[in-house]
Order: sequence, then structure tokens, then C-alpha cells
Amino acid sequence: MENTFWGYRRENGRVGVRNHVIILPVDDLSNTAAEAVANNIKGTLAIPHPYGRLQFGADLELHFRTLIGAGSNPNVAAVVVIGIEDGWTKKVADGIAATGKPVAGFGIELHGDHDTIMRASKAARQFLQDASEQHRVLCPLNELWVSTKCGESDTTSGCGANPTVGDAFDKLYEAGCTLVFGETTELTGGEQIVAARCRDDKVRADFMRVFDRYQEVVNRHKTTDLSESQPTKGNIAGGLTTIEEKALGNIQKIGRKCIVDGVLDKAEMPTRPGLWFMDSSSAAAEMVTLCAASGFAVHFFPTGQGNVIGNPILPVIKICANPRTVRTMSEHVDVDTSGLLQREITMSDAGDRLLDMMFRTANGRLTAAEALGHREFVMTRLYESA
Amino acid sequence: MIHCVLHDPNDSVAVVVVENLKAGAHLTGLILDENRTISLESLQDIPIGHKVALKDMAVGDTVIKYGVDIGKVVAPIRKGEHAHVHNIKTKRW
Repeated sequence: MENTFWGYRRENGRVGVRNHVIILPVDDLSNTAAEAVANNIKGTLAIPHPYGRLQFGADLELHFRTLIGAGSNPNVAAVVVIGIEDGWTKKVADGIAATGKPVAGFGIELHGDHDTIMRASKAARQFLQDASEQHRVLCPLNELWVSTKCGESDTTSGCGANPTVGDAFDKLYEAGCTLVFGETTELTGGEQIVAARCRDDKVRADFMRVFDRYQEVVNRHKTTDLSESQPTKGNIAGGLTTIEEKALGNIQKIGRKCIVDGVLDKAEMPTRPGLWFMDSSSAAAEMVTLCAASGFAVHFFPTGQGNVIGNPILPVIKICANPRTVRTMSEHVDVDTSGLLQREITMSDAGDRLLDMMFRTANGRLTAAEALGHREFVMTRLYESA
Repeated sequence: MIHCVLHDPNDSVAVVVVENLKAGAHLTGLILDENRTISLESLQDIPIGHKVALKDMAVGDTVIKYGVDIGKVVAPIRKGEHAHVHNIKTKRW
């Protein structure tokens, strides 16, 4: 396996694989101005989302952590923050500025959209030209942060695409990379397998605490056995029958050797290399957005039936082992490992194919989702707004 | 040609990995963890990705896949039949 890649080294030392200048709205009201700025300054990227008003408590903290984390991600060179008022706008801009990267914040009140768009466009133009002079440098593999989450899984995920990620994760873990998986309810039926893989009793207790908490949420709100939600209708069409079966397939993503070194809250940043478990939703765009907000630079996304997700900040590499999906949805598949199911390739070969695509992606190759314009940025909400 | 795969030799179901599998077909099943094959006959048409039963199972039996409990039988299943939501349910939630 190669042990270097070409990345962008940021002011805080972290390494990214993209060089985005993003226009980040603090709230739903500011999407229009943010999109207008991105339209004015070609090559910048607006990240619209529907939230940010009257949230409170832990839900508001998660909102800020997600926005600040997304702006702080090393795949981002510079950020223009736009909010309806100055206070929360400054809070988000200051949070991102702690990384040392260029940030400018603009509040709309007392100015209106026109004046805000003009001032923000001037800042965005400067940031974009400055970012265009940044160059990739050779970086050691252990500085690459890699996340995983699967979607529209079917039974081929558990025997093909997910263990391919597992083989690659085993190799990246040994190389000293920082890795994460999550999807708390989607471990139901396999939670003891994950618990047994935890580094020590403290990590195991942390994991079981967040697992049990999420089970309690399901039990409090459920009106059925969650059939059609977990597993989804797509999962069932693909042959998955129960949550236990789905979970055991899901867990293949953490390979056979990786140890679970720690547990993260949503959008929390890891503090050292190793494999982390993030307490998270299993909905694809929510989980991938949380990975972006935690600072991950490349994402492995195995699919069976063909989830088409992408992310504006985090390149999403799709792996598929279902020969029908590879045939019917080829434009969405980056790595085809369907040969596993006919013994045409070994699991180690499949993992190496994924790692090869990871290096090419890290070095600048656009993923299928990037080329197709998939930029799903979906924030996790914990409860109602005030 | 591999028609279905299973993870553990004790699994009671296997995953069909070919399209257009018809009733009466002779199946070669690959045990992934051991890289050896088994043989059986399908009793029904089974779509790609769906499961074929590897043994007769009665209501209340536990279904094993990955060598682990994945749910309970809620309608009798014969070896070679399609095993899915019509005859297997979760034990959780």
C-alpha cells in the first residue's frame, strides 16, 4: 500500500483533499443570500440548509458544532458566513476562525439582501483567488481521516461492499489513520459484537450508554416494530428482512482487526488516531454531514440497492457488490466489488481496490457523487424548536 | 457459478447473488468464511439479494446468519424456499 497522498495542509496543521471556498448560512433565512454570493463568485460553494432559528439547549449546541465543524473541515480553504443577525453569525465565524483559516461573517439585518450579497461577494472573490494559489503537498497516510457509513443496503452489502470497507479499515488502522463509524440504531442485534471490540471497559461502557439511550428513544416513539423504517423499504426490496440482519451486515465495515478506541458525540472531533464510534442517526445524509463536521476528509459509502448521496465538503466514495446495481446505476459506483460474490477476487483484493480509489480521490480525482453534483448537507435535529 | 453465499457453515439461510433464479434450479452455495461450497435446490423463484432457506424451519425457530441470531420464524419454511419478511420477523422493538 502507498503511504503518502497529495493534500492541502491548513493553518492548524490538518490535511484536506479538497480546496473549497464555502458560503455558509447560519440559518434558513440566509440561504438566498448565500446562494446569490455563490452564483456571483463562480467556484465558491453555498451550503444551504433548513435550520438555525429558535433552537435551544443541546439541539442548538449541535447546530453550532455542525456549522463550525463543517467550516473548520480541512477540505475547506476559506469560509464566508451569512446570518440574519450579527450575534450568531459572529459566533459561527469566530468558531471557524480558531483554525486560523480566512473567515468573514455578514449579518443581514440593517443591510438587507442586496448590500449583504455585495459585501459578502467581495470577500468571497478575495478568498477564492487566494485559495487558487494553494498547492497540494505530499502528506503521510496517517494524516488522512476516513469515515464510513453505508446506505440503501441489501444483503450483498453484508457479504461484499461492507467487508470491502472492513478490509480497507483494517489496513488503514494499522497505518495509524483516524477512522470513524456510527449509525447507533443500526447496530441493533450486533451491539455485543461492537462492545467486544472496544479497547477497554470505559470505552465499552461509553458505547453501551449511547446504544441504550438510542434504544430508549426508539422504544418511546415507535408505533410499530419499525419495519419499513429500519430496515427501510429499499433494504427490504433488496432482501434484508430484520434489523438484526442489517446490523450484522453493517458491522462488517469495521473489519476484523480494528479496535474501537473511543466514542464521540455527534459532530465531535476525535482527539487521536484510531477507530472511533460516533453516536449518530443512520440516515445517510445526516451521518455523512456529521462526519464532515467532525473533520473527516474522505468517506467510504458502501451500498447495495444504490444510494446516490454526496456531500458538499466530504468526497463520498461508493462501493457496490450487487451486480444488478452496478449494471443499472453504474454512474453512481466508484468501486465495483461484485466479483467477490463469484470468487473472482479475494477480500484483500477488494480492499486494495478501494484503497487505490481512496488515494486517487485524495489526490484530486472527483468521485461519482461530486461529478453528479450531489451535495446533500443535512443537519441532525434532537427535538422541536422553541 | 456461485448462486448463493452464506457467511458461517451453521447459517440457516443464504443470499442469492444471481438474477432470475427460478424454482427447481440447482444451486451452488459459497461459504464465505471457509471458501467451500454446498449444493441445494430452490423450491421457488427468488430475486437477487433475497434469501433461500438452507433447512426446514418451524414457527418460533431462530434464524441464523453470520453465525448469529437475526430473528424468528413466523411461518413454516422448507429448505429451498424464499425466506423473507413473510416468514421471518425481528426479535427486537
